[in-house]
Amino acid sequence: MSKEWPLWEVFIRGQHGMSHRHVGSLHAPDAEMAIKNARDVYTRRNEGVSIWVVEARHIAASSPSEKGPLYEPSESKVYRHPTFFDIPDEAGHM
Amino acid sequence: MDEALFEFCLRMGDNTLVLGHRVSEWCGHAPVLEEDIALANTALDLIGQTQFWLGLAGEVEGKGRDADALAFRRDAWDFRSVLLVEQPNGDFGQTIMRQFLFDAWQSIILDRLKGSSDDRVKAIAEKASKEVAYHFERSRDTVVGLGDGTAESHARMQAALDKLYPYVGELFGADATDREIAERGIAPLPADLREAYDALIAEAMVEATLTLPDSRWTHTGGRDGSRHSEHLGHLLTEMQWLQRAYPDARW
Repeated sequence: MSKEWPLWEVFIRGQHGMSHRHVGSLHAPDAEMAIKNARDVYTRRNEGVSIWVVEARHIAASSPSEKGPLYEPSESKVYRHPTFFDIPDEAGHM
Repeated sequence: MDEALFEFCLRMGDNTLVLGHRVSEWCGHAPVLEEDIALANTALDLIGQTQFWLGLAGEVEGKGRDADALAFRRDAWDFRSVLLVEQPNGDFGQTIMRQFLFDAWQSIILDRLKGSSDDRVKAIAEKASKEVAYHFERSRDTVVGLGDGTAESHARMQAALDKLYPYVGELFGADATDREIAERGIAPLPADLREAYDALIAEAMVEATLTLPDSRWTHTGGRDGSRHSEHLGHLLTEMQWLQRAYPDARW
């Protein structure tokens, strides 16, 4: 058995935010303690109203070495940005 | 001067002051960063509560002493904290067990103080009880985790419980001050909280696979100031050092 507690990634939804944002990581023996630790480490200054924790090993991540094939093709495709449409005034702000 | 209310506020505030200082001694020394920050948060909460209780004590006394004067300019015999909170930190398990035994009591009494006949007491209880609810949840979880953990952590937690349980009974003492405060509806009689406390502790100990000592014999002498342990004096020399060496120092 490993003596190290597993690593958890912490996501916090701020006072005015709609989505949870990644704020950092910490160690904890289980999910409940991870939330408590996140409360103590990352919300001391009233930063959040909701906490998510995810054990880091459960996060599947894209590989940095595939950066080229994954992201470069979209660089030259400006038409994918919806900036070519005239928005009727009646539609208001979108 | 309202002697009984003054004494009551000192008992509440000195408990949180002495424990707050003890817990702050872990700052930078806890076994892991997460616990270090959590302990520091708890210590700060307790010191914050001290400012309210000793602030009120000074107001009741009416001699111009504020919370700082009461915290830093009294010697051991004037302190009204229970012996439990001045016990040394020991290992991490002992610190957490002491915290748990105190948090459980504080969570019960603060809940009752929300119905105090004194509005100032009620206001302090309202604010502090939210902090203490979290302290209790955290220390309880940690006691359960370590008690029902490895053979090593279990043995340390059982040793901590055996060492500290003989200090628990003092929280439920009843003297003339307690009776007067209870009659005036300011606070419940401490002894009346014992049943709820025992239930709270027993339930957690089952989960933690720890055995409560049979004997209810208790050390006393802290909350009436008659016989503090030698630990308090050492704690105060450190805590009060600056005001003793440089009276009225400001920054």
